[in-house]
Amino acid sequence: MSGRNGHRHVLSLLVDNEPGVLARVVGLFSGRGFNIESLCVAETIDPSTSRITLVTSGHKGIIEQIKKQLNKLINVLKVHDHTGTQYVERELVLVRVKADAGSRAELLRMVDIFRARVVDVGTSSYMVEVTGDEGKIEAFLNLLKPIGVMEVARTGSIAMAREKNKGKEARNGQN
Amino acid sequence: MTVASTAPSEAAQGRKQQGNKLEAVGKEMKGARIFIECLKAEGVDTIFGYPGGAVIDIYDELAKEESICHILVRHEQGAVHAADGFARASGGVGVCLVTSGPGATNTVTGIASAYMDSIPIVVFTGQVPTPLIGNDAFQEVDIVGITRPCTKHNYLVTRVEDLERVIREAFYIARSGRPGPVLVDLPKDVLNAIAKYKGLDSVKVRAYQPTYRPNVKQIRRVVELIKESERPLILAGGGVVLSGASGELRKLARRITAPVTTTLMGLGAYPGSDEKLWLGMLGMHGTYRANMSTGACDLMIAVGVRFDDRVTGKTDAFAKQAKIVHIDIDPTSIRKNVPVTIPVVGDCKRTLEALNRMLEEEGLQWDESEREEWLSQIQQWKATRPLAYDQKDIIKPQYVIEKLWELTRGEAIITTEVGQNQMWAAQYYHFNEPNCFITSGGLGAMGFGFPAAIGAQVARPDKLVVDIAGDGSIQMNIQEFATAVQYCLPVKVVILNNQYLGMVRQWQELFYDKCYSCTCMEHAPDFVKLAEAYGAVGLRATKPEEVVPVLEKGLSINKTVLMEFQVEPEEKVYPMVPAGAPITDMLLV
Repeated sequence: MSGRNGHRHVLSLLVDNEPGVLARVVGLFSGRGFNIESLCVAETIDPSTSRITLVTSGHKGIIEQIKKQLNKLINVLKVHDHTGTQYVERELVLVRVKADAGSRAELLRMVDIFRARVVDVGTSSYMVEVTGDEGKIEAFLNLLKPIGVMEVARTGSIAMAREKNKGKEARNGQN
Repeated sequence: MTVASTAPSEAAQGRKQQGNKLEAVGKEMKGARIFIECLKAEGVDTIFGYPGGAVIDIYDELAKEESICHILVRHEQGAVHAADGFARASGGVGVCLVTSGPGATNTVTGIASAYMDSIPIVVFTGQVPTPLIGNDAFQEVDIVGITRPCTKHNYLVTRVEDLERVIREAFYIARSGRPGPVLVDLPKDVLNAIAKYKGLDSVKVRAYQPTYRPNVKQIRRVVELIKESERPLILAGGGVVLSGASGELRKLARRITAPVTTTLMGLGAYPGSDEKLWLGMLGMHGTYRANMSTGACDLMIAVGVRFDDRVTGKTDAFAKQAKIVHIDIDPTSIRKNVPVTIPVVGDCKRTLEALNRMLEEEGLQWDESEREEWLSQIQQWKATRPLAYDQKDIIKPQYVIEKLWELTRGEAIITTEVGQNQMWAAQYYHFNEPNCFITSGGLGAMGFGFPAAIGAQVARPDKLVVDIAGDGSIQMNIQEFATAVQYCLPVKVVILNNQYLGMVRQWQELFYDKCYSCTCMEHAPDFVKLAEAYGAVGLRATKPEEVVPVLEKGLSINKTVLMEFQVEPEEKVYPMVPAGAPITDMLLV
């Protein structure tokens, strides 16, 4: 994916699970004029460590600077750039969609095709939950637009590297 | 002098630490006492500060502690700049202690300056008691939030059990790797709470491991480039001074016979007395030969620099013919502003050592005859466009600096304010040794020089310390005369009084149709009387023939002395490269 702002990069950071660490990371991006497209933070299995998954974009030099600057923060333990490697990316989205008599059937078809789920049913709308990578989410939301998207809540992407040295088939099987 | 404080030798420091450990280790004590014990363990004998409600417990302990001398400044900004000057002159860590709220916010400029120049200081700020944090309490400010982008790292200590570890980490982080300021925020209740002082032996910070040792393969590639090069140039910066690599730098320059230029922060890394290889400073107000050399060299060995815009001018046009080797301990400095052929991440000293060793082992050496064409080109640039001024009826500021340099034999520690005074000092005072030129290079903070001179004088009571100032910038921290006089610090202040904010006026003259908007400072205090009011000595020169006598007299008095020189109001700093222009496009006199 390459746009006006250069390539999209999914960065996975392991950081100290301490107050103020997220502010250091975010402050670095705002202070140096770097771009954050999405951000997701939570504790890992080790309570002293959190993982920040951050999607950014920029040209090669900018991405290099971003990674170096992140590494320079005392509380950042590890920076991994998934871009160009084999990894799984997921985002969870809740969408409230207009669901009147005329559109319900079409909406349910979409939900079925995208392996989404209806998690709340109201008199005039359905709430739908869907997970996937960026491409799937964008495709799903675009198809729902004509039906009537009322509200969207997205978690931002999380990502994890695939196990190395596996055959191509095994990797593709996951998708 | 009432202050007997110089950087203690390592052995003395070790003995001191040993003594402390025996006394205090394992005992329960108040946080404020733990603070003192940690300073002692770090070998700190001097701190600069200003008391207030939130740190009153520390001041109470300080009163009982004989081994730590506290210098009471008159404004917290002065305390940080003094700690900065102390760190640079001593090669150690500068320490500063202030109260919460306004005490803390007043340190921000000093912290930002130390951050830009990579100076190791630790700033302790008081904070309201932890239960009040976030309540907009009296004198509460989120100083950790405010200083996050201008410190190397900062801490808010919320538990007394963490206090010792945090303070020790703060010192370790400040002085290791690429040095920088670290701030520690100390809530009042933490200082009053009781904990055991452990006497930690070592400090380890998870995932913080600066790369000191360079990659040998990269060094090998550098050697190959040196072999190919016909017109090598060495560009040294503040990193060389900070890592103590000046000796190795000189060795390298002489072994490969490469001319040397430095950034403002690198002055002193190479002796200004070397007529053959020294080019002077480069950049916006660099010498003609230094700037022209960057355009003509085929290899630039850049050591401990960060390619600031004042150094490179238009980056697209910078060192176009050169392959660039960039040696720096901070990977973020490399390829941030200019493309680099060979990046070498490592400590400047260790890297240059490794490079010199490899050259030596392979018997590689180039003498002057092999560089004849390159060196004669440089001599030609030097001869056609030397730094020059014309001393007539009115005192020229350059003349004052040149005479100061002659009278002090180039051996003084010089601090500067910011603006024209800073550039003339850099151009006309020729430094032979590192750690002698102390200036706010990156941030460019007016008001830096005088408190920094105080810090430097405390660190080096044996040295002559002179602040070169303008009439504008001296007034930004002039209150510190009281500090200098109180502690009998024989700091000398040279004021080049042109009744203008000269550097801005110069830009207005050259680029803004002489519209001198708000740069004329007709009204200034009578500096001589002001010095006397503070209990210092005040001297004044109004004619060129008075310059030398005033300097001679002022330098000979073992007191705080202010020397005012009424200089040519419209004198400009030349050469000059307009902002954003290629560095070889210079406005000459």
